[in-house]
Amino acid sequence: MYIYDDFDRTLLAERVRDFRDQVERRLAGELSEEEFKPLRLMNGVYLQLHAYMLRIAIPYGTLGSDQLRMLAHVARRYDRNYGHFTTRQNIQFNWIKLHELPDAMADLARAGLHGMQTSGNCVRNITTDQWAGVAPDEIEDARVWAELLRQHLTLHPEFSFLPRKFKIAVTAAAQDRAAVKVHDIGLRLHRNGAGESGFEVMVGGGLGRTPFLGKTIKPFLPKRDLLSYIEAIMRTYNQYGRRDNIYKARIKILVHELGAERFARAVEEEWSPIRDGPLALDPAVVAEIASRFRYPDYRPLTDDPSELLRARSEDKRFRSWLANSVANHKVPGYAIVTLSLKPVGGPPGDATAAQMDTIADLADRYSYGEIRVGHEQNLVLPHVAQSDLPALWRALDAIGVATPNVGLISDIIACPGLDYCSLANARSIPVAEEITRRFADLDLASSLGRLHINISGCINACGHHHVGHIGILGVEKNGEEYYQVTIGGRAGEDAELGAILGPAVPYGEIADVIEDIAAAYVELRERPDELFIDAVARIGVEPFKERVYAAR
Amino acid sequence: MTSPLQQKLKVAGPVVVTGNRLLDGAVVYRSDDGGWSADLAAATVVTTAAAASTMLAAALADKLEVIDAYVAPVKLSADRQVLPGNLREQIRCNGPTIPLPVSSLQPPASEDVDARDKRRHDEASSWPDLFRPSTPSPQAG
Repeated sequence: MYIYDDFDRTLLAERVRDFRDQVERRLAGELSEEEFKPLRLMNGVYLQLHAYMLRIAIPYGTLGSDQLRMLAHVARRYDRNYGHFTTRQNIQFNWIKLHELPDAMADLARAGLHGMQTSGNCVRNITTDQWAGVAPDEIEDARVWAELLRQHLTLHPEFSFLPRKFKIAVTAAAQDRAAVKVHDIGLRLHRNGAGESGFEVMVGGGLGRTPFLGKTIKPFLPKRDLLSYIEAIMRTYNQYGRRDNIYKARIKILVHELGAERFARAVEEEWSPIRDGPLALDPAVVAEIASRFRYPDYRPLTDDPSELLRARSEDKRFRSWLANSVANHKVPGYAIVTLSLKPVGGPPGDATAAQMDTIADLADRYSYGEIRVGHEQNLVLPHVAQSDLPALWRALDAIGVATPNVGLISDIIACPGLDYCSLANARSIPVAEEITRRFADLDLASSLGRLHINISGCINACGHHHVGHIGILGVEKNGEEYYQVTIGGRAGEDAELGAILGPAVPYGEIADVIEDIAAAYVELRERPDELFIDAVARIGVEPFKERVYAAR
Repeated sequence: MTSPLQQKLKVAGPVVVTGNRLLDGAVVYRSDDGGWSADLAAATVVTTAAAASTMLAAALADKLEVIDAYVAPVKLSADRQVLPGNLREQIRCNGPTIPLPVSSLQPPASEDVDARDKRRHDEASSWPDLFRPSTPSPQAG
C-alpha cells in the first residue's frame, strides 16, 4: 500500500470544500450550468441517462481494505448498493445525487479517494499491472513510477487543459497486463544489454473512433529522465495537438499525421533544454516514494503446503478455481488470487456494497488488507498464503466472486453501454450477460481456452473492443441496435487491432454469432491447445467469416 | 457548441421536451403547467416543430430546475398512452433493461450495517472542518 501524507490529505480536503461551495452556488443559481459543468467534470461527475455518475480514481489499481469499505459505504448511502469497476482502474457510481455529492466526496476523501482527473482534457488516472509488486515476471514494482507521475501530473497547471484527455499506463513485467500499447503514453520498464533498467516509451496508442497502437519513440529512457521526457511529450502535444476538431485532438492523431520519427524529433527538441534541469530525477526522491509503498511482512513459507494439496485432491470445484483464478507469487508460499466480477448472467465489473464489505474483510484476513483492481474489471487479492486458499475460496464462493472463468470466454470486458451511458448507441451489458449464459458450462468455456471478448456500446471504445480476441461494437442502424464483430485483436505485449468479420448483426443474433465463432474455432484449430487468437493469426478472418455468415 | 435553440428541429411525429433534474439528475418531462414531471404520462405532447421549439425555449429558460433539455420522440398507443419513441428514451424512462445488481448477502450478524454506515458518516462529519461547510456561530443576544 502507498501511504499518503498531509499534503495529499490537505489537497483532497480543500478540493472537497471547493466543490461543496460550487454545488451550493449552482443550486442557488449563482453559477450557470455552462459555468458549473467543467467544475463538476474536473471532479469526475458526469450526467448520464438516469442520474449523475461519479467516477473515482483508484491509482495504479491499489486499494486498501478501508478504502474498499468506504466505497461500499458510498454505494450504500448515496447510491443503489453497487458500484461498477471500469477498464481504467476506476470505479463508477451510477445514481449519485448532485446535492449529496459533496458529502459523498468528503467521505471518500477521508479514505484518500477522489474523482479528480477522472474526466476532462487532462491526464487521467495512471494505470498499471494489477499484479505490480507481486508478479514473478516483473523487474520491479511499476507502481512507484505510476505514483511519481501521479504526483507530478495531478493538477499540473500546464497540462490541465490539453487538446483532449490523456491516458498513461506503466508496466514492468514481461507480460503486459496493463495494455500499455493502447494508451496515449505507454511505458515498459525493462533492462538493456548492460543490465540497467529504463523505459521503452510508446506514444500515440489509443482506441476509440481511430484506433492505433503506440509507436516506440524511445527504446530505452534512463529512469532519471522519466519526468523531463514525459514533460517534453506533453508539451509537444499541448503545442501541436489539434483543438479545432474533437475527433482529431488525441495525441494518436498527431503522432500519426506527423509520423513517429518527426514527432520523436519534436520531443527531443523540447526535451534537450529541460533534460538536466529540475525535472531530472534525484534517486533520493524516487527512493522516498518507493519507501511509502509498504509490503507485507511475508512469513517464511514454502510452496504447495499440505492444506492446499489436500483440498486440491479432494474438491473438483476448488481444483477448477485454483487452476483458473490463482497465479504464482514472487514470494514462496504465497499466491495472487483473482476475484471474478463476471458471474454468469450478471453485469461485468459490478460489485454490490455487501460484496465490497466482505472482500475488504477477506483482504484483512488473507491479503494483508490489500486489494487490486485490474483493467479487465476483476479484483485481485495480491498476498494470499497458499495454505489459506481453501478457506478463502469458500468465502469468495459464498459471495459469488469465485466463478472460475478468469481469462475465459465469459470473462467479458464491457462498458456500461446504453443502459447507463449518454454516449452509447447500443447496449453492452445484456449482450455480455447473454453470452455468459451461453457459455455457463465451465467445461465448455475451459475447452475453448483463453479467449477474451470485449464489448463497447459505441465507437468511443470504453470496452476496448478493438483489442478483444473477439470484439463487439454496438452501433445504431435506423433506430435498431446492431453489433459489429472483430476478431484477432489483443491487448498485451503483442497487441493487435482486430479485423472486421463481416456485416453487423442485430441484437437478437449477436450471441448466436459468438457461439458460431466458438464452434468454428473448435473446428479450425490445429490442436486442442492452439489458442483462438493463435488460430486467427494463422488462418486469418476468412474461414471464420465463411462459417458465421454462411447461414445468414 | 450550437445551442439547441439554434438547431433546426425536425419533428415527424409526436414529441415531448425532456431533460434531467439539476438536483439529482432524474429524468423529467415538461408538463402542461409549465413545470416538470417524472411521469411521461404527464408530459405535454406536441406534433409540430413550431410548438416543440416554443416548449423547448421555455424549458431552456429554466436555468435552475432542469439541465440538458431537448426534444424527444414519443409514440402514442391506441388508447392514447404516451410511450417513449425509441430505445434510448425507453431506457431513460424505465431505467436499465437489466436487473440492477442486488446482494443475496445478509449483513454480518455481528453488526448492523445501517448503524455502521451511520457511524462512518458521522465519523466523516467529525473530520477536520475542511470537509464541512463552516457553520456560522450563533449570534450573541
